[in-house]
Amino acid sequence: MINNSPYFRQPASVRGVMLKVLAALLPGLAAYVWFFGAAILVQLALCSAAALAGEWAMLAIRKKPVWLFLSDGSAVVTAWLVALTFPPIAPWWLGIMATLFAIVVVKHLYGGLGQNPFNPAMAAYCLMIVAYPQIMSQWPAVGFTDFSTQLTAIFGPDRHLDAITMATPLDALRTQLHTADARATVAGILGSHATFGNIGGKGWEWVALGYLIGGVWLVRQRIITWHIPTAFLATLAAIATIASLANPAVFAGPVFQAFTGGAMLCAFFIATDPVSGATTPRGKLIFAAGIALLTWIIRTFGAYPDGIAFATLLMNLCVPLIDMHTQPPVFGHKKDEEEDKKGP
Amino acid sequence: MMLKKLFAFNGGVKPDYHKGESNHLPIAAAPLPAELVIPLHQSIGGVPHPLVHAGDCVRKGQLIGGPDGNVSSAVHASTSGTVKAVEPRLMPHTSGLSAPCVVIEPDGRDEWIEHAPVPWRSMSPGEVRDALRDAGVVGLGGAVFPSHLKVNPGKLGHLDTLVINGAECEPFITCDDMQMRERPEGIVKGAAILRDLTQAKQVLVGIEDNKPEAVAAMRAAVERLKAERIEIVAVPTRYPAGGAKQLIRVLTGIEVPHGKRSTDYGVQCFNTGTAYAVWEALELGRPLISRIVTVAGNVETARNYEVHFGTPMQDVIALAKAKPDSDRVIMGGPMMGYRMPSAAVPVVKATNCILVGSKALFPPPPPEMPCIRCGECALACPVDLQPFEMYWFSRAKIFGKAQEYHLFDCIECGCCAYVCPSRIPLVDYYRFAKSEIWARENEKTAADTARERYEFRLAREEREKAEKAAKLAAKATETKAKLAAQAAAAAAAPADAEAAGAAVPPEPTSTATNDPKALIAAAMARAQAQKAVVHPENVEQISPEKQAEIAEIEARRAKLREVAKAAQPQEDQ
Repeated sequence: MINNSPYFRQPASVRGVMLKVLAALLPGLAAYVWFFGAAILVQLALCSAAALAGEWAMLAIRKKPVWLFLSDGSAVVTAWLVALTFPPIAPWWLGIMATLFAIVVVKHLYGGLGQNPFNPAMAAYCLMIVAYPQIMSQWPAVGFTDFSTQLTAIFGPDRHLDAITMATPLDALRTQLHTADARATVAGILGSHATFGNIGGKGWEWVALGYLIGGVWLVRQRIITWHIPTAFLATLAAIATIASLANPAVFAGPVFQAFTGGAMLCAFFIATDPVSGATTPRGKLIFAAGIALLTWIIRTFGAYPDGIAFATLLMNLCVPLIDMHTQPPVFGHKKDEEEDKKGP
Repeated sequence: MMLKKLFAFNGGVKPDYHKGESNHLPIAAAPLPAELVIPLHQSIGGVPHPLVHAGDCVRKGQLIGGPDGNVSSAVHASTSGTVKAVEPRLMPHTSGLSAPCVVIEPDGRDEWIEHAPVPWRSMSPGEVRDALRDAGVVGLGGAVFPSHLKVNPGKLGHLDTLVINGAECEPFITCDDMQMRERPEGIVKGAAILRDLTQAKQVLVGIEDNKPEAVAAMRAAVERLKAERIEIVAVPTRYPAGGAKQLIRVLTGIEVPHGKRSTDYGVQCFNTGTAYAVWEALELGRPLISRIVTVAGNVETARNYEVHFGTPMQDVIALAKAKPDSDRVIMGGPMMGYRMPSAAVPVVKATNCILVGSKALFPPPPPEMPCIRCGECALACPVDLQPFEMYWFSRAKIFGKAQEYHLFDCIECGCCAYVCPSRIPLVDYYRFAKSEIWARENEKTAADTARERYEFRLAREEREKAEKAAKLAAKATETKAKLAAQAAAAAAAPADAEAAGAAVPPEPTSTATNDPKALIAAAMARAQAQKAVVHPENVEQISPEKQAEIAEIEARRAKLREVAKAAQPQEDQ
């Protein structure tokens, strides 16, 4: 194609977008390392390497310009999201397999960058939690940051996990409410455990805060818009508020819901994936509200540790429909549409 | 001063403006070139017909191209001289196509044709429109729409607001800026004329606030002239604030949809340069023969020049001294301009800027990446489109869907491509889709015409056949009647014959006048007889008379065959 107008462009690139996303993850990552040890860094490295290898292989097979796409940073973003949603002390092959599945199957078999209908990291999470439910729920205990023990857990043949794992706040809440005696209450469970914090679980609330800070920065950088994070958190909080007001013994409150598990990561980094998410302003609100609703349902009534991944995939499915029905009015046509609504 | 309430349009971008490069020097007059190549087609609408021939002497301002109908605009000689040719020359258009031009060799005297102010105040609106058309006044913002077509109050009978567009939002271009600074009175007087012609209640002159000198000069002129109901409004600098619809939105809050007339909403919009041209045409009686052109980009001294139409762009570029690494000439700005096929193409009414480009100034776009649906383009779109969806469908050639996403509302401002992190040349895809859709519509129209013609032919043939059959039927009835008469005669005859004792064998047809078999037999017999007569003759050398005779016979035989055919089914019964 001939070089036609416009003849100059804003210096923006896909790589720039991806690098900013990675940068925005750093505050949350710092808190993660502080509270749960450096194991996550090992996982990040493993997943990143796997992502780049898988990306390289698929680009070569598909005869695409390898360096152009390999350097766009999108594979690394996927790898980081896989690593950050998986238990950091999971065996080394789990993250690698998950990342390869995300890159090879969910991304490239659907057409590569920009074409995948599902969020690659969330699809990988769903696959692994179905395949290895036990490993996927072995989360490290907060404060236990001994790196060599963690390394043994990741690479060693003998994984002595009992000493270093602990139920996450969400897990504790569900198992005890569902299985234990009928006297268990939300306040009782969360309050009884010394290591659980006051907001979203000790450690986890700080990680969530880090994601929140990075996410707000992303909004200010115009990498994402406010719609998805706001609608997600507002919906989740609204449902949690109503439920906990109705029965505070059984349902956790809004602040806990927003600051625990993957909620904050989802709000700013997962649901905001532009490729698999809704794109219109109204569509984004509906899409994010849908994820929040499904997340709350799965968290509260489901059997899995968190509901983010399934909720995201389910809403990914609805994106074409949402986008089609939420097209914003075009310049000058706002009146037409009002008149259309009124009818003849 | 009262602060006017302004409105905003969504989207838009803030590119580097590069205005300071060309607006620090006053407007200079570009010298007359050795040869002026004046295209006849310089506006939207019909191509004016040439009124001069090679060898004719013309004077400055003389009509050389007569408007073709009402949607067209006149073209004039930019100076006095001799017409060297009226021939196709390369046009200032990306296509590289040629079109008829009047080539004039200036005589250097620059002699005006006799001209006098137009008494427009005492003329009917139609007469004023004709005067503007004959003065060649068109929109000088770049769209070159014939201005006379816009000088009417519209359906409502009057305008609420007349917008004069001095926004000049494209980077590099400063021709309107400089004209407003140096010739504000002409613009204000032109705006006042347009106000009276359109019966507008108020005139708002919108100027982007990065041109404070122009705003000040225009305000001073309004005050000096005591112009009524004309307000100079500084609008926020954001590309494309100078788009007519965007500026109307900013100044009045009204959104004129694609495909609708702005007058239906009580608004009309003219460029400041056009207002000046209107004033010149009506108050001075001068047709449009030159304009102010910015020469900028990869040049030593960017500046504005008053350039006669028909001056080769390279002559104007030479004044500004293009740098050696220049690799292209663009007409218009960097956001919406068109690349010229050669620097030799002439300056025309649409030439607001000659932008000299180089690889350093306008680097070739980095490799295109897939769309990641980040939505930056939708945020930048001043028409609130979803550019990535239009791109998706244009690329996949699903043009119907592209149109559903309002492809034709796209003003091709380039904001989407400007912000795209995947560096997709989005506007190129829209241009491609639009031209494909137009081509298909043309094809469909052509096919429809062909089909209609074919159907008409079929109908005609059918009709002729029917007429022929009717004639034959008439003839057959006649024959029948004749035979019946003969039979009657024969029936009447036997008595006499018997009486005479002469046995007359009954005619075979007599008993069955209504029997087609008999008719055929009779006809065949007659044909046989005729054939017998014709046969012996030498067929190779036939006189015209004979040929005519044969033709006649052939025709008759054909008719008979028809009758025989018609009789066939009855025989089968």
